[in-house]
Amino acid sequence: MADGTTTVSAPALRGFAPPARRSSLRRFAQRRSTVAVLMCLPLICLIAGLVVYPFFYSIWLSLLNRAMTRFIALFNYRYLLRSDTFQLVIFQSCFFAITAVFFKALIGFILAHVMHNISGKDQKLWRGVLLVPWVIPPALSTLGWWWMISGDYSAINWLLEQVGMHPVAWLASTWWARIWVVAVNVWYGTPFFMIMYLATLKSVPDQLYEAAAIDGATWLQKIRYISLPMLRNIISITVLFSLIVTFANFDIVENLTAGAPANTTHVFATYAFQLGIQSGNIPLGAAVSLFIFPILAIFSIFILRGVGRRAQEGI
Amino acid sequence: MSGNVATAGALAPRRRRRSSIKNERRWALCGSYIALVVFAIGFLIPPYFELVTSLKTSQEIGSGKSPWFVHHLYLGNFIEIIRNPQFQTFFLNTVKVTVFVVIVTLVIAILAAYSLARMRFFGSTAFATGVFLTYLVPESLLFIPLFKVLSFLHLINSTWCLALIWPTLSVPFCTWIMIGYFSSIPKELDEAAMIDGASHLQMLWKIFIPVAMPGIIAATIFAFTVCWGDFLYPLAYLFTAKQMVLTSGIVSNLIHGDVLDWGHIMAANILASLPPVLIYAFLMDYYIAGLTAGATKG
Repeated sequence: MADGTTTVSAPALRGFAPPARRSSLRRFAQRRSTVAVLMCLPLICLIAGLVVYPFFYSIWLSLLNRAMTRFIALFNYRYLLRSDTFQLVIFQSCFFAITAVFFKALIGFILAHVMHNISGKDQKLWRGVLLVPWVIPPALSTLGWWWMISGDYSAINWLLEQVGMHPVAWLASTWWARIWVVAVNVWYGTPFFMIMYLATLKSVPDQLYEAAAIDGATWLQKIRYISLPMLRNIISITVLFSLIVTFANFDIVENLTAGAPANTTHVFATYAFQLGIQSGNIPLGAAVSLFIFPILAIFSIFILRGVGRRAQEGI
Repeated sequence: MSGNVATAGALAPRRRRRSSIKNERRWALCGSYIALVVFAIGFLIPPYFELVTSLKTSQEIGSGKSPWFVHHLYLGNFIEIIRNPQFQTFFLNTVKVTVFVVIVTLVIAILAAYSLARMRFFGSTAFATGVFLTYLVPESLLFIPLFKVLSFLHLINSTWCLALIWPTLSVPFCTWIMIGYFSSIPKELDEAAMIDGASHLQMLWKIFIPVAMPGIIAATIFAFTVCWGDFLYPLAYLFTAKQMVLTSGIVSNLIHGDVLDWGHIMAANILASLPPVLIYAFLMDYYIAGLTAGATKG
């Protein structure tokens, strides 16, 4: 009652024409935004408590000494950047992410075109088959890979022996191990690129390709002058996205090599896990995993731009 | 006469060109199928190899016979692993927490998406962008500070710590998908409901959720697979077999225990990968629609 009288009287005093209506509208707007915030509240709490706070906490942790009793400023970072192992980790993380994403995008691009050539019903079947690597949890499928390539009596070595070659200790030699880690990641991630590109290819008008065919364009020219320009935006989004995810990869590297031989296949995530969780040096581990952040920050800005453009174009 | 010859002469190359386009198309189709078969074989080798290994006795795995074929079909690995109490615990833990997280995710994501898509509040656009950015944050960036947070909450080495943390992986993307689906619902629909005096919750329950069902299914599948396959968090926070989930349990417990051989591990592996694979087999279209609608990860 009291509430009603004040809201009616306040605008009436100021002499507005339809007083009651305006105030109830204002109250409605107020109530509406309060309800809106309330509905978002669980999400806000989740992001604030378990993403934003841990991130800043991580920065703080990385500035402490091993026992977390003393503030030692950037000493952990200086120590890391000077250690030979960590220089290897930086190199391997970049090598791993760049080669893996390049091949994922390339094979995904080829597969999308190949799939686009065949008719609807077959396409669905083949898409299902080719999606299998991406559907199995990578931590588990990597175990299968490990069993297939590790040791002298592995299945791959058995095949080599059948053709009369010597068995190779794949995961014990640095470069073979690096190549296999990339290969397993490519195997796992390619289907994602394929479906993203295939979905975009479907929105490219067929007339473009027909016109090009009538003008006598080769397949290479069709890709260069039609597919690439039409897919440019989605290619940049997926590549940037995958660079972030691959850069931060843990499952595949941990299960295939766990950094062996001699720490040469460690990436940031596995090295941070080894230092922070397994050896219990939480500040140093936090410092290692924070090296992922610059890449995340830079690439996500570009992704946001690409997503915005994609929404505008409606592709 | 001469005119006729001239037209025939002009027609011939055109016809030839048309047939060459047709030919080219046929070759492209042939080449496509060959490429598909090659890639499909390459993609399916590891799962095939897991299956072959899981169907052998340990003697046969140890013998020098070809590892690529099953010589004597043996189902014992599957039967023993299903009866294995540790494996049962892992499976049950995974199901429990995953189902819980999927439900929590849907509730949080649908409420937030409705609010962000339809009701504006101060900073709501910026917040929607923030939600998308959160989705880009990889788990390996935050697992160390979260370890400290969880030990402060006394949740280290408890399966339920995952119920607290997994939503950070699933909610942002699900919210993002749902914002997209909700925004595509015509405004006239909720205006009509509002005139009839529906409250926001009624509108959400009676209009938005039924209309955006495909989006909800896509979000459910995403949340389920992300939780089911997550490896880093359970590996970092769970230490005893009683608390573990499938991914971390199979890797750290079944392999290091000496009772089990590779036949058993591969059988466990296949059983653990089966639920997501089955879900995709039946609901792939929904998922791909949701995925390609919202620019995603892989």
